[in-house]
Amino acid sequence: MRGRTGRPLRSRLFHAPLARLLLRRLATTVVLLFGVTVLTFTLIQLVPGDSMTASLSETALNDPSVVAAYRAKWGLDEPLITQYAIYVGNLLQGDLGVSRQTSRSVLGDLMTYVPATLEIAIPAMVLSVVLGTGIGLYAALRHGRRGDHVVRVGSLLGLSTPPFWLALVALYVFFYLLGVAPSGGRLSSWITPPPRVTGMITVDALLAGEWMIWWDAVQHLVLPVAVLTCLTVAALVRFVRSAMLEVLDQDYVRAARAKGLPTFTVVRRHVLRAGLVPVITVSGLAFASLLSGTVLVEQIFSWPGVGQYAFRAASGLDLPAVLGVSLFVAVVYTLVNLMVDLLYGVIDPRIRLS
Amino acid sequence: MTSPRIDAPLPGPPTDPTTPGDDPRARRLLQRRRWAGRLRVRSVSGVWRQPSVVVALSLLALWVLAALLAPLVAPYDPVTQSAQIYASPSSQHWFGTDELGRDVFSRVIHGARLSLPVAVAIVAVALAIGTLLGLLAGYIGRAVDEIVMRITDLFFAFPQIILAMAVAAAFGPSTRNAVIALIIVSWPTYARVIRSSVLSVRGSDYLASSRLLGVGPVQALRRDVVPNSVGPAVVLATLELGNAVLMLSALSFLGLGPRPPAPEWGAMIAAGSRDLSMWWVSAFPGLAILTVVLAFNILGDALRDRLDPRYARGLS
Repeated sequence: MRGRTGRPLRSRLFHAPLARLLLRRLATTVVLLFGVTVLTFTLIQLVPGDSMTASLSETALNDPSVVAAYRAKWGLDEPLITQYAIYVGNLLQGDLGVSRQTSRSVLGDLMTYVPATLEIAIPAMVLSVVLGTGIGLYAALRHGRRGDHVVRVGSLLGLSTPPFWLALVALYVFFYLLGVAPSGGRLSSWITPPPRVTGMITVDALLAGEWMIWWDAVQHLVLPVAVLTCLTVAALVRFVRSAMLEVLDQDYVRAARAKGLPTFTVVRRHVLRAGLVPVITVSGLAFASLLSGTVLVEQIFSWPGVGQYAFRAASGLDLPAVLGVSLFVAVVYTLVNLMVDLLYGVIDPRIRLS
Repeated sequence: MTSPRIDAPLPGPPTDPTTPGDDPRARRLLQRRRWAGRLRVRSVSGVWRQPSVVVALSLLALWVLAALLAPLVAPYDPVTQSAQIYASPSSQHWFGTDELGRDVFSRVIHGARLSLPVAVAIVAVALAIGTLLGLLAGYIGRAVDEIVMRITDLFFAFPQIILAMAVAAAFGPSTRNAVIALIIVSWPTYARVIRSSVLSVRGSDYLASSRLLGVGPVQALRRDVVPNSVGPAVVLATLELGNAVLMLSALSFLGLGPRPPAPEWGAMIAAGSRDLSMWWVSAFPGLAILTVVLAFNILGDALRDRLDPRYARGLS
């Protein structure tokens, strides 16, 4: 098949700047992820005493056959470099070890908890980006006036509040004092969950056509999503605001204003287009704050997601589970950053062609 | 080819005996630069008069006093238990008592004695490591730069608190290990910032001119590179002091901080989260964290507005 330029289409695609960008970023991502496993492996080596005693439960440690199987599986009698190879090999097969607390595979545990986290993380991410952009743009347009100051103070407050405390305050006000929100969990206790398809109750309820269950699930979502959104927006607003201020300072914006275009048109045509590019980069960062937020917030809302799993693993010193969650989060975060980079390349031709 | 105006003597500070060379023009060039540096430093002094900064500084002063005078100010011992559990706030117990009958006010005050020095220690050590590596990476460049930057990449692959959690869990829960974990996760930020400010100086004309005047690499580092990195480092360190307090509280909320019965704010919030009706157990430690971190953030922002050239134009 030939493309318009006459060169074979495949080679044209390969030479396309975007494909090159994709390949380059994919390669760096793979290298980075290997580096991350070196980091976690080093961490395991640094465990005081023996990593085995930190990874196996008391009962398992007393069973010589379990101990022997563990030593053989992770190659503990081999030299370090072989141990690392075995470690990476196990990870590549999805083997993150066995949780001390649940005695199940960490990856299996994660998979059961991921949908619950997605259910609050996705709406929170969407809301954060929309609200963060809107509020940041508003503050930039009102630069130096009262609205701007209010936004600045609000975002500073959000950045300075411990996430778990904000969750607690929200629960105290909206559940304990006002009684308008449920106390936590994903569904009221008297409701049987819909048949599990995606693991996200709101989606599963819709698939089953159960509107009552859906509504109950949505009510349980509101508070965790609101708290996560507040925290992420606080971080996002600052970046959006300074990015937009930078754009508003450009000559072409001044020119557009000078020729008498209404503010709305100037913003839509000139400011938003240029200002959204840095916003996309920053959403990767916002995602990090969201991931950290779930770890600190889910426990308060008794939300059975990855965050609560991480909380229990950390407070129970369940090393395989803690490291599994960290690796998982690092992989997700790295992939999100990869997507952000690519999106950036799609939008901004300068990146693609550089 | 010089115009007489540029050659005219400048009202600079008295001549520095360490100025290299006997060429009067070289001496003047260096003087002029130092003079400019002095002007910039003078402009920072205005920061202390901003109302928000005054509030932030008073808050911090209050907390530092509380930390220093905790044994005198606190009416009760922070770890002594009593039969009066979950007493609501009253004239006897201003902030009430917790699940073990300990006075919450005394514990919050003693919490400052724990969190503030820990935050300072974390920032000091991370700043030292980050500055050293950042200077090396930026000034030597090439392989050193590549290695240091790729290592920082690994750390940035994790959200900070997640990595801190993993490190603290691996080393075991204690104050010392929490500090180590937070140092490990925060030095890369300093290294990056210092490196980029070094790079901005390295490409500058005046560094090239001072090299032409015979200034050696060590002296250039001391005289041109380091002073130019001080501004960004001061801003970052101030913001990171707040971040350290916040992350320490998060670690101990996760059960990976100072061991009980240490009066750590995050752990106190975790204890208070078990029973919502006893709001005072977690409300006051939370406010303590909020005020301390907010003060550091306001201060850091104000300093950045002055010290960071990108923000100095009033864009922030």
